[in-house]
Amino acid sequence: MSPLLDIKGLSVSFRTPRGDLKALRDVALQVGRGEIVGIIGESGCGKSTLINAIIGLLPANTGAVKGHIGFDGQELVGLPINAMRKLRGERITTIFQDPMTALNPVLTIGAQMTAIQYRRRASTSEKRRRAIEFLEKVRMPDAARRLDQYPHQFSGGMRQRICIAMALLTEPDLLIADEPTTALDATLEVQVIHLLRELQRDIGCSVLFISHHLGAVAELCGRVAIMYAGEVVEQGTAGDIFRDPRHPYTRKLLECDPGRITERQEILPTIPGELPDLVHVPQGCIFRDRCPERFALCGERPPEVTVRPGHQAACHKARELVAS
Amino acid sequence: MLLYALKRLGLALIITAVALILLISMIQLIPGDPAAVLLGPLASPEMREMFRQQMGLDQPALVQIARFFGRVLTGDLGTDVLTNRSVLVTVMEQVPFTLALIFASITWSALIGIPLGCFAALYRGSLADRIVGILSVSSIALPSFVIAIYGLLLFSVKLGWFPTIGAGDRGAPLDQLYHLVLPSLAVGLGWVGYLARMVRASMLEVLSENHVRMARAFGLEERTITYRYALKIAIIPTVVLLGMGVGNMISSAVFAEIVFARPGVGKLIFDAISTRNYPVVMGAVMITTGFYVLCTLIADLVAAGLDPRVRSTL
Ligand SMILES: Nc1ncnc2c1ncn2[C@@H]1O[C@H](COP(=O)(O)OP(=O)(O)OP(=O)(O)O)[C@@H](O)[C@H]1O
Ligand SMILES: [Mg+2]
Repeated sequence: MSPLLDIKGLSVSFRTPRGDLKALRDVALQVGRGEIVGIIGESGCGKSTLINAIIGLLPANTGAVKGHIGFDGQELVGLPINAMRKLRGERITTIFQDPMTALNPVLTIGAQMTAIQYRRRASTSEKRRRAIEFLEKVRMPDAARRLDQYPHQFSGGMRQRICIAMALLTEPDLLIADEPTTALDATLEVQVIHLLRELQRDIGCSVLFISHHLGAVAELCGRVAIMYAGEVVEQGTAGDIFRDPRHPYTRKLLECDPGRITERQEILPTIPGELPDLVHVPQGCIFRDRCPERFALCGERPPEVTVRPGHQAACHKARELVAS
Repeated sequence: MLLYALKRLGLALIITAVALILLISMIQLIPGDPAAVLLGPLASPEMREMFRQQMGLDQPALVQIARFFGRVLTGDLGTDVLTNRSVLVTVMEQVPFTLALIFASITWSALIGIPLGCFAALYRGSLADRIVGILSVSSIALPSFVIAIYGLLLFSVKLGWFPTIGAGDRGAPLDQLYHLVLPSLAVGLGWVGYLARMVRASMLEVLSENHVRMARAFGLEERTITYRYALKIAIIPTVVLLGMGVGNMISSAVFAEIVFARPGVGKLIFDAISTRNYPVVMGAVMITTGFYVLCTLIADLVAAGLDPRVRSTL
């Protein structure tokens, strides 16, 4: 069966005063049915842009969008707004980065949770019952009473649970979670991750999980894609990526993350150097300037090396860089 | 909400009290003999003495303030120097006219300005948005007395479509409404532009907020998002502004009332100043102050009704 989400050669650029900013370049990514795929990458590498491209909510200054986003056989690039809107909140649902601002401040949780069920033919009280049911699933204490409260009466962790409950309530085929745990503290993060996995099992949806927390991704995801400056530089199973990384950027990321699964204070591992300018993208390998393995060939665009079936790394040295 | 309303009401009372104290201190602060200043150079010494006693100016300041409050609380705002009637009655006779004018102006400008602002925000950058923008700024730039005078010259004197002066016949609501058209046009026109700009700006801000993106990600219809999710937030600063604006409108009402020779508080104050009818000026100012406080109170309560976060502050 074809993968649920099949992205090929996706490029997105933004119009800026300095020229076109090429935020995504030739991205390929697949998410199978029932699969949990993680995307890791430092801030500004294009994770949110990728999601926005999938759900058709790119900002107003978006320039060219090229390539293909196949969703269950349907092409999403260039899909008319109304057809796209039919998919959103029905088959593809998104949990956004910041739970503090994701909910409407002047509507009760109940009002918002019933509003998103507008497609269902059910009475308001049935919709409310369903909202309560899902709030209970995300372990919201006293859900029935809290349904009539406003977002500011909930803590950050609670709000993120509400967002998760809302996303799951729609029983999507694909759940996209954009750094759902970044705003939470360590214990909450673990809870939310367990919750996501548990609920994913219940509903059986596919999940695209975005994070720059390696531990969270290792814990949750079956497959992982590593993004750098608008490109996917390596992807494979979580085991491949965490035990046998072949791209120097992935290796650096892992090196800078000593705790990996148990620790969690790191915001982002520091790799010397800066992200390249995405308006004037340098030729050849995008990571070249910061790469410890740099050699003569890096001035040329690296091939997509298949290390083993399902494990690719975009590096000239991918075959040589074996785990030490 | 009830708790908020009670607290807000308490605040309104405090504000009124402070305003009254300021008002009475101003009399104290006037250099020289307030009676002489207020009655003018032509007043005889006997008149001044009488006035001083009448106003209680011969008493110590604290006593004056206490008495003043006592009188205000019993509704005694003094007596009209010219007619010897109660100031309260004199002012209250005029209040309905001004209220009608302000209410009509606010209503029509809000009914046009707010949807216009929403429209401009939804089609931002379009030609229509730009035209609305230019018209709004020009309407804000035009002083209301200019609109009043030109409106009068064009529509009443030249074209004869609308009556020139007065507020219409008593007990003939349609005639009174007819007389309201031009003055409320003058008072409200600037507000159309002001409200349109204001609503557009806050609407754009709200539409770019995260929760709107989230609503879109759930496939909600643009209409639902605009009117249920965004407008309810975007309108809040406008409501607060309207509350204060009504107070502000009293001063534009002064011009409109003078130009159109309409009865009203503005005209009353104007006439009272020119005849140095000091108690009437004081009384009218007090009542407009109270009116102003009342308007901001209502606006804040409406805002609190719209925004649960406001309710938990204060
Ligand atoms: N509307 C826009 N206009 C111009 N440039 C943009 C716009 N949105 C994003 N970018 C740029 O595109 C790149 C990718 O941004 P994106 O938000 O996708 O990163 P991200 O990986 O989600 O980062 P974070 O982890 O901070 O959320 C960044 O360089 C960013 O500056
Ligand atoms: Mg992001």
